[in-house]
Amino acid sequence: MNIDSIQNGIVIDHIKAGQAMQIYDFLELGLLDCPVAIIKNAASTKMGRKDIIKIDSELKIDLNALGYIDPEITINIIRDGVRVKKYHPELPELITNIIRCKNPRCITSIEQELPHVFKLIDRARDEYRCVYCESKAGI
Amino acid sequence: MRHITSITDLSIAEIDELILTANDIIAHPDKYRELCRHKKLATLFYEPSTRTRLSFEAAMYELGGQVLGFSEAASSSAAKGESVADTIRTVCCYADIIAMRHPKEGAPTVAALHATVPVINAGDGGHNHPTQTLTDLLTIQAEKGRLDHMTVGLCGDLKFGRTVHSLITAMCRYPGVQFVLISPEELKVPSYVKIPLKSGNVPYTQTTDLASVMPELDVLYMTRVQRERFFNEDDYVRLKDSYILTPEKLESARPDLIILHPLPRVNEIAVAIDEDPRAKYFKQALYGKFVRMALILKLLEVHA
Repeated sequence: MNIDSIQNGIVIDHIKAGQAMQIYDFLELGLLDCPVAIIKNAASTKMGRKDIIKIDSELKIDLNALGYIDPEITINIIRDGVRVKKYHPELPELITNIIRCKNPRCITSIEQELPHVFKLIDRARDEYRCVYCESKAGI
Repeated sequence: MRHITSITDLSIAEIDELILTANDIIAHPDKYRELCRHKKLATLFYEPSTRTRLSFEAAMYELGGQVLGFSEAASSSAAKGESVADTIRTVCCYADIIAMRHPKEGAPTVAALHATVPVINAGDGGHNHPTQTLTDLLTIQAEKGRLDHMTVGLCGDLKFGRTVHSLITAMCRYPGVQFVLISPEELKVPSYVKIPLKSGNVPYTQTTDLASVMPELDVLYMTRVQRERFFNEDDYVRLKDSYILTPEKLESARPDLIILHPLPRVNEIAVAIDEDPRAKYFKQALYGKFVRMALILKLLEVHA
């Protein structure tokens, strides 16, 4: 299987096998008109199997939000065909409109225009809570 | 400009200062009669209230100020679908300070984000009720002479009881305080309320049996099982009579126990207990006015 290497864009590597589509949906990659490749179940010496996403465009979004989904993911920034940066996403202090508050008593349940904002409460336990009602976040 | 959406918006030093001011208001009410002249308090109550709204209004009148607002969502533009943010932006044009009650949790936080005058959370759903906590702290301080080194029992609906959540959050910051959490399994305190207990190594026990822990308590804080917090009427009916405090159940209690309740009560405290000297819940309602006067003065930065 041949997938062209990208010139300017992002490679999201070391995604847990089977999780690529969740990230694809989460980043709304379906809305892009640039080439996007999803490689599922690729062989990995470290993980056994992994997923990879290649995006042939420099997205202007905060990829650290991916840290909420899986902090082990590797993000590679490619410029002129060369990898210029490689990093693991850090858990962001705030995540906005990535997950929704599920508390039916939260003000966000009746005010549709409100952003759903969660704050990192405990980095060691990846625990986020709604800034309005303090309910625990869950994907 | 400051907002009070949670009791943690106030430090212990600030709470102590508010209690001192409230005590000074009790001792010297004339000093405070004109301090808020030409100031207006907006009471935005999207949910029914007797004590909180009336004590806020009485507090502002006793400071020489004026009051405007609404006492039910149906008589405001919320009934037409107006957002909290838009209502707050509008009310800020007319008032110098806002007290807001809302059935949805976090609504006062939204209000604070858009307000150009101080916002006070007067109760948001089953979440927080910081001014009730100030009332409770003033009552405990006045009646027990201290806020530290005591065993506080909280009984009833600890899941949706916003006054319970705020009181635990406040009192766990005082040394030597331990909690006894008495509730049915279904109405135990939410996990976020236990975070400061765990991080501060504050001792607490959870039980379903009020009688067995009664002799240990310095303060017994009773709460109502709130029909309005249940989506399922059957659950409410099953749990509503979980705890009913009677004179017989008080026989094993300490003579210097104080019994508090944020009110309204339904049947969780028998009327016969009202005459017991340990019952302080009506006095508690009076203290609420004085501590709200102190808070209004603080947020409006008015000094005696």
